[in-house]
Amino acid sequence: MLKVEHLTKVYEGGVVALEDVSFEVPDGEFLAVIGLSGSGKSTLLRCINRLIEPTDGKITWHGADITTASQDELRRIRRKIGMVFQHFNLVHRSTVLTNVLAGRLGYTTPAASIINRFSAADVAKAHETLELVGIDDKARSRADELSGGQQQRVGIARALMQDPEMILADEPVASLDPVLAHSIMQYLDLIQKRGVTVLCSLHFLDLVQQYADRAIALNDGKLMFDGPPLEIDDARFREIYGQDAERIG
Amino acid sequence: MTNERSKKSKRRTWVTMLFVVFGFLTYAYGIDVTDVNLDEIESEQRQTNLFRIVRALAHPDILSRDTEEVTISAEIYVPCGATEAAAPDTSGAYLLIDPSCADPEAEVIVRGFGFAPGSQGPISFIPPSDVSLSVGEFVVAEDGTFEVPVELKDRPDEQVQHIRVIARQDVGNLKWTETARLTFDFALETVFMALLATTIGTFLAIPLSFLASRNLMRPIKSPMVSLALGVIGLPVGGLVGIWAARLARSGVGFLLGNAFLTLVGILVLVAVIRYLLKLLFPEEEPDEIPTGSERVVRFVLAAITAVVALSILVLFADFLISVGSNMAETTGWFRAQDRVLEIPAGPLFFIARFVFTMGDILRLVIPVLAAAIGAGIFAQLGSVLGRAIVARVSDSVDTLLRYVTAILAGAVIATGIGAIAEWFYQWDDLTKTFWIPGLVGGLAGIALAFRTRKADQVASGMTIYYMARTLFNSLRSIEPLVMAIIFVVWVGVGPFAGALALALHTTASLAKLYSEQVESISTGPIEAVQATGANRLQTVMYAVVPQIVPPYISFTLYRWDINVRMSTIIGFVGGGGLGLLLQQNVNLLNYRAAAVQMFAIAIIVASMDYISARLRERLV
Repeated sequence: MLKVEHLTKVYEGGVVALEDVSFEVPDGEFLAVIGLSGSGKSTLLRCINRLIEPTDGKITWHGADITTASQDELRRIRRKIGMVFQHFNLVHRSTVLTNVLAGRLGYTTPAASIINRFSAADVAKAHETLELVGIDDKARSRADELSGGQQQRVGIARALMQDPEMILADEPVASLDPVLAHSIMQYLDLIQKRGVTVLCSLHFLDLVQQYADRAIALNDGKLMFDGPPLEIDDARFREIYGQDAERIG
Repeated sequence: MTNERSKKSKRRTWVTMLFVVFGFLTYAYGIDVTDVNLDEIESEQRQTNLFRIVRALAHPDILSRDTEEVTISAEIYVPCGATEAAAPDTSGAYLLIDPSCADPEAEVIVRGFGFAPGSQGPISFIPPSDVSLSVGEFVVAEDGTFEVPVELKDRPDEQVQHIRVIARQDVGNLKWTETARLTFDFALETVFMALLATTIGTFLAIPLSFLASRNLMRPIKSPMVSLALGVIGLPVGGLVGIWAARLARSGVGFLLGNAFLTLVGILVLVAVIRYLLKLLFPEEEPDEIPTGSERVVRFVLAAITAVVALSILVLFADFLISVGSNMAETTGWFRAQDRVLEIPAGPLFFIARFVFTMGDILRLVIPVLAAAIGAGIFAQLGSVLGRAIVARVSDSVDTLLRYVTAILAGAVIATGIGAIAEWFYQWDDLTKTFWIPGLVGGLAGIALAFRTRKADQVASGMTIYYMARTLFNSLRSIEPLVMAIIFVVWVGVGPFAGALALALHTTASLAKLYSEQVESISTGPIEAVQATGANRLQTVMYAVVPQIVPPYISFTLYRWDINVRMSTIIGFVGGGGLGLLLQQNVNLLNYRAAAVQMFAIAIIVASMDYISARLRERLV
């Protein structure tokens, strides 16, 4: 169970990105986060693994308080939370295999990983995971030689290497065409079926309604909606996206 | 509307006029200050000098032939007296002076017979004092004769005087001159000086560049207590490091001086350290966060490991020194123990010297290295400890600790500055260098503790960032030529001083250039690697380093290029290399030799330019 209570984030300079956001996510749920660009979706996801320090509020996961965790505790929490990004965030000049192995960094001793040494088990696991997302033949290629869809699959493989109990996906398909978008969403769906909680920010409502168990909506940092995706009708839609918005897709 | 426009254009006219007047004054003053003097340019004497030098430069002293010399004299009386000049011996080459006596400064004709065709040389007037006064030059014609009118010098004397010619003729094949050989040696010295400086500079600049990168340092923040304990940890760690190095040295002292024993020692200790490292770093980090007592055990283990590692370094340094000495004895570079320089023999002496020097450098560096690493570890330890304490104690205890640690930290920094000041000015006054700075530092600590609250995070990373930046910028603004002057005083005239000066400047410049590259990397991968649970070091290794390798290589090559340029002239202040030779020859007015060095510099710089451009193309 992930529990977010009264989460608030004010950036330096006074921009309020999140204002008193509270919700709960039961284990194994696929939760979609929707809202306009700049509504606070990315900030919300990054507060959960503390890539961004929350200003106020409390986030607990499996009973542990993430917001007050020490560096050591945070390392152990983060390694159980995989993250997938809109722009894939791969290290371009490294090989696909190294990028995927980076998912194990939370488990390896710093001293060993400094000299680029991963255990044989980790390397085998990396190949397995790459096979799962269908690009094991690219393991030795440089990451920037891959197409967008392939890069996102590397991103998913990296998250899977963490043996995650939760995946935070920050608009994972916003940079991809519709066909690729569905294939990536299917991987996330597959991961959820294995019992992993998925928090995924999305733009297209049809994707939300097809894949998510539940949706929350943010507007200007405030929680506007929390419920089943099919409840979002035209009236709700205007509430979330503003009066002038038109539905596409 | 029109009025407005005309007003505007009027103002523009005024501004333009002002600029013209200002420009006029600037250049007028500039010409006065730079002492522009066209009289000098037009003066005949100056032009003759110029032509002589430029022509000498066009005749670089690179190739020469062996020459054969024939010196022939003939008698002459100036002015005419009672005695007649003796007739020359006509069996070989000989001179006839017409007339054989004349008034001072009169013109006589010097005729030569029986000389080797094509030979040439100077004609001199030799008074009884036996100095040689040049009066002309000659070239021998096909038939072995020459005829040159010369003006006698104003040296009247009753005794016999002489006209002497030296006929020189090239024989044999072309060969390199001594100047060319010397220039080649110094050119090698120049290139390797630059290589050494670049290598040292690069190694030092890489870790330093991370400290001067805003994007890496900005997120590093710590509570006041943590920062203060970190600062106190610095000198403590430094002392502990030096002590550990001494301990390591005495621990393996009985093995030193024997290549075989040191090698055995190294092998044994490597086995020990591998075991220790396995204990310290299990392959996978356990799920539980280590408890306090576990941490203490780990710390003790780590300390033992560090001392063992230092012992290995000590043994390795000694191993290199022994091996180098033994090799040197066989190759005859110097006698082993007392380090007396002998003539290099054998083709491999430079390898012996290299091995020995590496060992010697390592031996010197070990305590410094240990102090630096110790300072780093204890600073880190202090800061971690501080963080842990702040997380556990109540607000009032935190306030107390904040004041105590801040006072101590302030005093540590201030007395450190006091000690540096004492070194420079030698006041020899504890009140000035210890008590007053300590008091001031303590007060500053109180002020800082007063201004911070428990929850406040002090931007310690940015403090280090600004300190590193300031240091690099001030070091960079000192030209390597100026640095070389200091190093020449320290290590003596020669390429070593130049290499050190260039290395220091390279370190500062590269650290600055590198850090700007680190600042411009994309943040996405950093974020992604952090999200996996990687710690700071792992994040740097996996998300930062791969991104900066190409620009680092590129900048290193670029710097090598610059260092080669610099090393060609650093000899002007005694830094060794071609500059040293060039300066000597210019001072001796030996322009033909100087020309060789100038050409060598041009060739080296041009080829470095080309090579580094090609390498950069290939690698980046």
